Amino acid sequence: MLADKDCIFTNIHGLQDTSLKGAAARGSWVDTKAIIAKGRDWIISEIKASGLRGRGGAGFSTGMKWSFMPKESDGRPHYLVVNADESEPGTCKDREILRHEPHYLLEGCVLAGFAMGARTVFIYVRGEYIREREALEKAVDECYEAGLLGKNTRHGHDCDIIVHHGAGAYICGEETALLESLEGKKGQPRLKPPFPANMGLYGCPTTVNNVESIAVAPAILRRGASWFSAIGRPNNVGTKLFMVSGHVNTPCVVEEAMGVPFRELIEKYAGGVRGGWDNLLAVIPGGASCPVVRAEDMMNVLMDFDGLKEVKSSFGTGGVIIMDKSTDIIKAVWRLSVFFKHESCGQCTPCREGTGWMMRLLARMVEGRAQKRDIDLLFDISKQIEGHTICALGDAAAWPVQALIRNFRPEIEKRIEAYTRCAVQSRNNVLAAAG
Amino acid sequence: MARIIVDSKEIEVPDSYTLLQAAEAAGAVIPRFCFHERLSVPGNCRMCLVEVKGGPPKPVSSCSMGVRDLRPGANGEPPEIFTNTPMVKKAREGALEFLLINHPLDCPICDQGGECDLQDQAMAFGRSSSRYAEDKRAVEDKYIGPLIKTVMTRCIHCTRCVRFTAEIAGSDEIGLTGRGEDAEITTYLQRALTSELQGNIIDLCPVGALTARPYAFHARPWELTKTETVDVMDAMGCAIRVDTRGREVMRILPRVNEAINEEWISDKTRFVWDGLRRQRLDRPYLRQARGRLVETGWAEAFAAIRQAVSKAEKGSIGAIAGDMATVEEMYALKALLAALGSDNVDCRQDNTALHGQFGRASYIFNPTIAGIDESDALLIIGSNPRLEAAVLNARIRKRSLKSGDYPIGLIGAREDLRYPYTYLGAGRESLKALAAGESSFFHLLKKAQKPLIIIGQAALCDHDGEEILRLIAQIARDTAALRADWNGFAVLHRAAARVGGLDIGFTPPGGKKAVDIIASSDILFLLGADEADLSAKKGFTVYIGSHGDKGAHAADVILPAAAYTEKSGIYVNMEGRVQMAARANFAPGEAREDWAIIRALSAILGQVLPFDSLSALRKNLFADYPHLAGIDKILPGKAADIIALGDKIGVIKGQAFPPAVQDFYLTNPIARASAVMAECSALAHQRRLAGSKIEKTGYRHV
Repeated sequence: MLADKDCIFTNIHGLQDTSLKGAAARGSWVDTKAIIAKGRDWIISEIKASGLRGRGGAGFSTGMKWSFMPKESDGRPHYLVVNADESEPGTCKDREILRHEPHYLLEGCVLAGFAMGARTVFIYVRGEYIREREALEKAVDECYEAGLLGKNTRHGHDCDIIVHHGAGAYICGEETALLESLEGKKGQPRLKPPFPANMGLYGCPTTVNNVESIAVAPAILRRGASWFSAIGRPNNVGTKLFMVSGHVNTPCVVEEAMGVPFRELIEKYAGGVRGGWDNLLAVIPGGASCPVVRAEDMMNVLMDFDGLKEVKSSFGTGGVIIMDKSTDIIKAVWRLSVFFKHESCGQCTPCREGTGWMMRLLARMVEGRAQKRDIDLLFDISKQIEGHTICALGDAAAWPVQALIRNFRPEIEKRIEAYTRCAVQSRNNVLAAAG
Repeated sequence: MARIIVDSKEIEVPDSYTLLQAAEAAGAVIPRFCFHERLSVPGNCRMCLVEVKGGPPKPVSSCSMGVRDLRPGANGEPPEIFTNTPMVKKAREGALEFLLINHPLDCPICDQGGECDLQDQAMAFGRSSSRYAEDKRAVEDKYIGPLIKTVMTRCIHCTRCVRFTAEIAGSDEIGLTGRGEDAEITTYLQRALTSELQGNIIDLCPVGALTARPYAFHARPWELTKTETVDVMDAMGCAIRVDTRGREVMRILPRVNEAINEEWISDKTRFVWDGLRRQRLDRPYLRQARGRLVETGWAEAFAAIRQAVSKAEKGSIGAIAGDMATVEEMYALKALLAALGSDNVDCRQDNTALHGQFGRASYIFNPTIAGIDESDALLIIGSNPRLEAAVLNARIRKRSLKSGDYPIGLIGAREDLRYPYTYLGAGRESLKALAAGESSFFHLLKKAQKPLIIIGQAALCDHDGEEILRLIAQIARDTAALRADWNGFAVLHRAAARVGGLDIGFTPPGGKKAVDIIASSDILFLLGADEADLSAKKGFTVYIGSHGDKGAHAADVILPAAAYTEKSGIYVNMEGRVQMAARANFAPGEAREDWAIIRALSAILGQVLPFDSLSALRKNLFADYPHLAGIDKILPGKAADIIALGDKIGVIKGQAFPPAVQDFYLTNPIARASAVMAECSALAHQRRLAGSKIEKTGYRHV
C-alpha cells in the first residue's frame, strides 16, 4: 500500500493544472539547478543506488544503463532518446504521463541528458498518440519560453528536446528499430552488438529509456535514492504505474508500490473482477507479450519482477489484463498472435514466417479443427522462434502461445474433441439418412 | 590476433574476424543465405547461428558477431563456440523449415534448380519433410526490366539484391516494402532497373526469385560445359565463365578475379550472348559488279583478293584492327602487311592519340584497377567510367564509400556516375586552368599521397589529342601522381584489343591515324573493325570478322571469322595485364579462326607467314614481344616516359570533350546483333528522353 506522500505522479489522472505553472506547484523544475550542481557522477550513482529498473518491460537497471555511456565525448555528440512508442496491448501508462505529467518527463530528460552528456533529447511518440503529442509539445514550448530548454537555460544545462511522431508501428518500440525509424529509415531492429551506448542514433552514443523510467528520475534525485529503494522489496523497488484492463469493474491506471499483492490491486483500484473472484479465468500480468497465467496461480502473487517470475510469467510494463470465464482463452491468444504477425517487421526469418504459421494453427484450434499432435507442433514452432530472432518480438510472439499450451492444454484438447465428435456425428447422421 | 576455440579446435584469427570467418578458418561449415562477403551484414536469414559457450541460452548469428565481441572464460581461456551441437542443428532446421513453408515447391520448373542455395542447404541441413499444413503465401511477380525475371513467391527476403543495388551499384532502385509476411522485394513502381550491373543480383539471389530472363527455361546447369575465359566487351578483361551446350553459348557468368572485377560483371558482358547467334557471317561473301554481296566459297574469295592485291601499289595497302581482335591475329595481319611492303596498320579505330612511341606507361592504366582501392584522390578527364568500364566504376564507388575523404573531380561531359563528384568543367579550358594550378582541385591532388588521374578516350580522340595527353602528363608530373611507389597516370580504354595492339605496334608511323589509312589505301583490310568511319574509304575492302555489321556492309570481300568465345587468344587489358582467352565453342558454318584466315591468305598472296599453328604463331610472338608470354602478369610502365611526355606541349584550342559513350548497350557488333541489348538500349533511350523532358519542363511524365 503506497502512502499518498510517496506518490510521484500526483496528477496522473489530469484533475489538476497540467501546465508548467501547475507542475511547478507540484514540485517540477523548482530545484533543477541544485540537482545539476551535484554533478553527473552523483546523478548516475544516485539512480544506481535507487535500484530503479527500466519501466519499459525488460527491467534492466536504469542507472547501469546510464553508466554505459562514454564518460568523455570522443567528438561525437551523445543522445538521449525517450521511447514513448507505447504500443504493447494492455499498456497505457506513458500516455497518462504525456498527457498529464509531461513536465516530469521533460525535467527527467534534462537531468538524464546532463548525466550522460547529451544536449539533444529525442522523444519518439507513438503514431496513434496525437493528443498526447500535442500535450507534450505544448509542455516543451512552455519550457523553451521559460528558459528551461534551449540555450542559456536557468538551470545551467543547455538541452534541446525534439518531439518526433512515429508512424504507427509496434516494432518501433524496440530500441534499435526506434533509432532506425528516427533516422528516417525503415523501422527494423539492428543487430547487437554494437549496442546503442557505443553506436546508436546516427552512429553516436545513445541511451534509449522508457518514458516512466525518465519521468521518475527527478523525484528520485529530489527525495533521495534511499526513499525510493525503501518502497517495495529488494530488487523490486520503487513505485510503479499499474494498468488494469479487461474484465474488471473499473479499469484504471494507478500508481502503486512495487510488489503490491495482485488481489489488493484489483480489489482496491479496479473494483474487483467482473462477477467476483470465482469468475476469474486467467491474467496476462504485464502486457500482451507476457505469458498468460491461470487464475489460481495469480491469487497470491506479488506484482513485481520476481513475483511474476515465480509463476513463469513476467512483469513487463505492469499492464494487467484480466480475463473472466466468459473469455475464449484460445481465441484471446489467437488474437494476440494476429497482432504479432501483423507487427512483425519481416526482417528475419523465424519471426516473419513463424508468427503467421502460429496464427494460422491457432485459428484452427479456436474452432477445434486440428489434431492433438498439432498442439505439440505449435509448441515446437514457438520454441523455434524464441531466441532465434534479431530482436525480442519473436520471443514476445512465442511466449503467450507457450503459456497457453502450458496452462490451457486441456481446453484446446476439449475443443478438438468436440469438433471431431461433431464431425463424426454429422457424418453418421448423413449415413443414417441415406439408409 | 585473437584466440578462439571452434568445436574444441583452438585457432588464432585476426581481431576483425566474425565468428563465421573464424569458424571457416577452423574448417567448420556454416550455412548462410543473407551473408555475402562483399555486402553489408544484415543477419536476417538466421541460418548461420552457432552456440557460444557460457553465453545466453540461445544461439547467436555468426555472421554479425565479431570474435572481439566474445568474452574469454573465467580463467582467461579463449571463448569457445560450437557449430555442431544439438542447439545449432535445431536452429538450422528451424530456419530452413520457416524459409520453406512459404517457398513454392516448383524446383522442377525453376531456373535456379541445380545451383540453388536453398535446395542445397535444405538437403544438407533441413528436415526430411514439412510439417506445414496451412495455405502458402503467394507474391505477385514484379517487372524489373528485360534482363531479370522475377518469381517473387520464391523470395526468402535475404535482401542481397537490395544491398547490392544500394551499396555496389549505387542506385537505390530495389527495396523491401511491407512488413512481416507481407514484406516484398520490389522496385516500387514496376520500372526497369537502370544499373549497368544489375545482372549481378541474379548471381547473388540464393534462390530462384531473380533469374536471367533471356536464359529462362533454356538449359539446366548440369547440361552445360563451362569454359573459363576473359571478357572483351570493355577493356577491363573481366574474368568470365562461358557456359555452352553443344555449339551454342547459353549464358555468361562472372568468375572471381580480385585484381580486376572482384566478382561482378556488367550487363553487356553477361547478356550479350544472344548476339553471338544473330547476324553471323558463316560463309565468305563477294561483292558482284552490280554491288550485291553474294555467298561464295573460300577459293573464290581468296582469288578476288589476290587479283585486287596484284593490281595495287605496294605502299597503299592498309589494315584496321577492331576492338575485339586478339593479339595473335593482329600480329599475323601486321606481319602479312609487312611482307606486302606496308606499315599502314592501325588498331585505333577512334583515332585516339595514344601511341607506343611514347612508352608503355603512356597508354596503360598504370596504378592497376586494384590500385583504385589505395588511391586517395581521383581526377577523371573525358571519361564516363560508369559506361566505359562499369565494374571499374563500382570499384571507384566502393573506394568513395570507404571511410576517409576521397575527393573526386570530373572534367568532361557531366553525367551521373553513381557517386558524388566535383564538376570541374566541360573540356579543354578547364583542363588548362587545372594544369595551371588555378583550380583548388589541383592542390587537393598535390596534397594527396596517391592521386589517381583517369584519362578517357573522349579527351584524346580529337585532332589535338596528343597535346591533351601531354598536358595531362604534365598535370601528373606536377601533382603527386608520379612517385617511386605510385604511378597514378591511368588511361581508361574502351576496346579490349587496344592495349595489345599498341603493345605489338599495330600503329602507323609518322603521326598517321586510322582515318588517314582508310582514306588513302587501295586495299583495306578490316579485322573486325566496325566502329571506324568508313565513309572516306576508296579502295578494295576485305572484311575479316564475325558479324554482319558496318565493316561487312562496306566490304568487297567478307571472310567469316570467329567471335571471341570461339577462339583462343591473348588480350591485354587496360592495366597492361596479359590474359589468355579460351575457346568455349566453335564458329558457325564455314567461319574460321582469324589467325588461320590470315595465314591462308598469306599463302594465296605468295607471302607465306612462318607459322602453321597457333602455338607456332605464339612462339614467334613471344620472341618479338617477350612480355606477352607472362600470362596474368603486368609489365609496368616507366614513369619517366610520362614525365618526358609532359615536357613539351603544343597548342590546345577548342571546346568541350564529347560524351564518352553514346550507347552503352550497342558498342560493338556482337552487342548490336543482340536483341536483349537492343531492348536495354531502347529503355535507356526512353529514360534519356524522359530525363531531358524533366529538365526542360521540370515535370515528370510517367
